[in-house]
Amino acid sequence: MTSLAITVVGHDRPGIIAQAADALSRCGMNLEDSSMTLLRGHFAMTLICAGEADAAQIEAALQPLVNDSLDVTVREVPEEPDLPPLGSTYLVTVHGADRLGIVARLASVIAEAGGNITDLTTRLSGTLYVLLAEVDLPRSADVTALQARLAAVSAELGVETSMRLLENDQL
Amino acid sequence: MNLTLPTLPDGRVLQVLRAPSHVLSAAGLTVDPAEPSVVQLCADLVATMRVSPGCVGLAASQVGVSAQAFSVDVSGHPKTRTTHGLIVLVNPEIVEASRNEKAREGCMSVPDLTGDVKRATKITVAGQLPLSGERVLITTDAFEARALQHEIDHCDGMLFLDRVIGAHAVYPRKVYLQPRDAEGG
Repeated sequence: MTSLAITVVGHDRPGIIAQAADALSRCGMNLEDSSMTLLRGHFAMTLICAGEADAAQIEAALQPLVNDSLDVTVREVPEEPDLPPLGSTYLVTVHGADRLGIVARLASVIAEAGGNITDLTTRLSGTLYVLLAEVDLPRSADVTALQARLAAVSAELGVETSMRLLENDQL
Repeated sequence: MNLTLPTLPDGRVLQVLRAPSHVLSAAGLTVDPAEPSVVQLCADLVATMRVSPGCVGLAASQVGVSAQAFSVDVSGHPKTRTTHGLIVLVNPEIVEASRNEKAREGCMSVPDLTGDVKRATKITVAGQLPLSGERVLITTDAFEARALQHEIDHCDGMLFLDRVIGAHAVYPRKVYLQPRDAEGG
């Protein structure tokens, strides 16, 4: 059994997902976790799949996509345990005028506090920059201190930032 | 049942600010509802809301005024259950809220994005009417409750972006609204 990490990025058109998924399925590779979206008009697919084929076989199977001017990367990855967070998950939301370094500065603050960003999206809409990050914080982390530090750096950046516990309704 | 509002002067159509803007992120000041400039502001909010396609609510910060005032009118909207017709409130506050539900919201000040926001579907809001300053309580549900909470957030310097429910809860807007078609504010 091999696990492969695959990325497909390029000009969007109908049928990219169908073509890629069909090639993987024909090779007996099970498409596990994936993210497939449009980023500023570019199609971007990142996925992990598992099966018996190796990276070279999958690269060959995905060659038609490469010929279609899409960038495709395939590489073998070790299996990683999918562990639940040890502490609590917070959502950090940021919005404000776009400028260089918003993600860099705020992500550094989060990392310094021991926070692990598990999901992050950004959107640039005109001059408005929006950042949403889900952050796992260890139980030992000082949440109030992190919120204060984020507020201070956000003030320097001229953006609005909030950090709140992510609601998780158990049904 | 419709809210009985004092007769407001003719309103002017004002320009609606878009994020990023510091006024949109600042908590509005408590204001005197009888103050002529506040009465005019309320009339302007109604006039601007009325001419804006799909707009069911507008807050003072959206027209560049840092004040606790907004207008809402969700009558005729398909998601509306209870409606009080045109609502104009000054110095509003939520006094009771329950039964959270998720729904996708848009906003005239964030015209190209929408987001999933969890809000109470049953609320009671207190506030003052413009001109008379009469204190009223409005108890409502569904879409009107959501619109009121969205506008009260504006009064507190918050956008729906501050309340979205996850890292993937903001979307580029795909459908732009037609007059009197749907939400926002």
